[in-house]
Amino acid sequence: MIRVENISKNLGEFFLTDINLEVNAIDYFMIVGPTGAGKTILLETIAGIYRPDKGKIFLNDHDITNAPPRDRNINVVYQDYMLFPHLTAAQNIGFGLRSRKISKTVTKRKINEVANLLGISHLLCRYSDTLSGGEKQRVSIARAIITEPKALLLDEPLSALDPQTKDKLRHELKKIHLLMKTTIIHVTHSLEEAFFLGDQIALLDKGKIVQVGEPKEVFRKPNSKFTADFMGVDNIFKGKSTIINGASHIDAGGITIVSTTPAYGNLFASIRPEEIFVSKQPIVSSARNSFHGNVENIIDKGVILNLLIDVGIPFIVVITRQSLDSMKLKISDSVYITFKAAAVHVF
Amino acid sequence: MTAKKHTDPFIWLAVSSSIIIIAFILFPLIEMVAQPTFADLIATAKDKEVISSIWLSLYTSGMAALISFLFGTPFAYLLARKNFWGKNFIESIIDLPIMIPHPVVGIAILSIAGQNHWLGQAMSSIGIRIMGSVTGIIVVLTFVGLPFYVNTVKAGFEAIPSRLENVSRSLGASITGTFFRVTFPLAWRSMVVGMIMCTARAVSEFGAVVIVAYHPMIAPVMIYERFTAYGLKYSQPVAVWLIIVCLFLFLLLRIFSVQKKN
Repeated sequence: MIRVENISKNLGEFFLTDINLEVNAIDYFMIVGPTGAGKTILLETIAGIYRPDKGKIFLNDHDITNAPPRDRNINVVYQDYMLFPHLTAAQNIGFGLRSRKISKTVTKRKINEVANLLGISHLLCRYSDTLSGGEKQRVSIARAIITEPKALLLDEPLSALDPQTKDKLRHELKKIHLLMKTTIIHVTHSLEEAFFLGDQIALLDKGKIVQVGEPKEVFRKPNSKFTADFMGVDNIFKGKSTIINGASHIDAGGITIVSTTPAYGNLFASIRPEEIFVSKQPIVSSARNSFHGNVENIIDKGVILNLLIDVGIPFIVVITRQSLDSMKLKISDSVYITFKAAAVHVF
Repeated sequence: MTAKKHTDPFIWLAVSSSIIIIAFILFPLIEMVAQPTFADLIATAKDKEVISSIWLSLYTSGMAALISFLFGTPFAYLLARKNFWGKNFIESIIDLPIMIPHPVVGIAILSIAGQNHWLGQAMSSIGIRIMGSVTGIIVVLTFVGLPFYVNTVKAGFEAIPSRLENVSRSLGASITGTFFRVTFPLAWRSMVVGMIMCTARAVSEFGAVVIVAYHPMIAPVMIYERFTAYGLKYSQPVAVWLIIVCLFLFLLLRIFSVQKKN
């Protein structure tokens, strides 16, 4: 368990102000925030790279505020991998064991174990400049988990990868978390990652924690304009999918959303607010998803407006002021929302 | 219709300036190398005084590079990694030896090495002599060569992301362990280049050495002496040999810096 109490740190360009966090022993904890929010220095302060200006850090109830990084057994994985370029993949992975003076035979066995787990056994003799981004990140993750750390800190580990690799590694991180049962703090600016992986999510903005909670809760009940703006980019729903005629039918708790992406089982679906049509009458079209509901709220954003429409589950829809005026929409009006099955992104 | 190729006058200016500069550097050097006869060169190479002066030049310059390596490496690391109050000031102190006129360097060193200064007295009481000694030459050459070493190696350290060191430290290595397991293996090439730069600079020093130690004679002093005593014809062959040595150092520098880019 990691507990951060009133941590402040000023590095000039980046800073943290009175950060309080409690991360449970086996939680996958996501820290989400825009660029420059202070996410990386929060991780590096927990890892012991920076000493906080004030506040305390506890690891399993031990005060580690002043402990050097080597005594913490908290490992960091960076977005740009940070593999040692003068060492092979195997030497990179074994680095932490060598620091702990573990015997060569044990080291070799453990390197093979983690390499198997991450599917990189065939890359062990290679140097990092011959590896692809995804391979580098696997080596980097292997290097971080081989010492069985008390906590694993991931600094935007998937941001530099292509979408397919990203998707694969996301599943593997989940697997690793279940397998290792260690605390993971994962920093990202991607809501998709936060929803997919996070047991808990904290929103960081300008060096301050804005909101903490389960992803669903933070998404549904934003406590500030920042949270609402940041989370409001997408409509994200958790659901269970069955495949009928090659299309996914996702039961999202009350309504069934159709997606062209075939997927089975528990998953998340997201629909961008600008992909959704609003009408006062049901429209006959080729779009497969159409639901009836009420306008719950109208949020004025200048040229565009956000409508909160409850069709059993809440949807955010973006329309222009012109549309609002010509349709004469008001709060509690009865409306229909329509979107194409192809607009439903599944992950 | 094909458009006529028009070259901007500025390109002509740039190309002709480049030709002039290259000729300006190479022409005197080539002439100096070409003028002595082959027999003169061989005879000079057999001259014991010449051999010992070139050897002394290389030895003292090499020692200066070694001292720069020992003391300059940790210092360069500190400058590359830490921000502290007065850092800019410290950095400009390091560049001072490059800017001070060379005879002034010699005079400054003599000011603390003489019998009138407590440091000179202290050194002479334990048998260290600066004036007219190999030790004195090494001191002078280290003084003028250090900035080249420190600046090169500092740039080498700066090119290594400090997060690599962070990873090493969180993986259980101490600060010292991190330096030897991560930083040094990645930076040694810049240290070699720095030592070559420092040596090259030290070999070419004349003004400061001639004030501190006319004897024992390093190569530039010997070239100067032959020129004033016997004339151009006798100084040229020694100069050619010194140039060959310098070119060799320069070649090494190029080989290492090219490898570094790969």
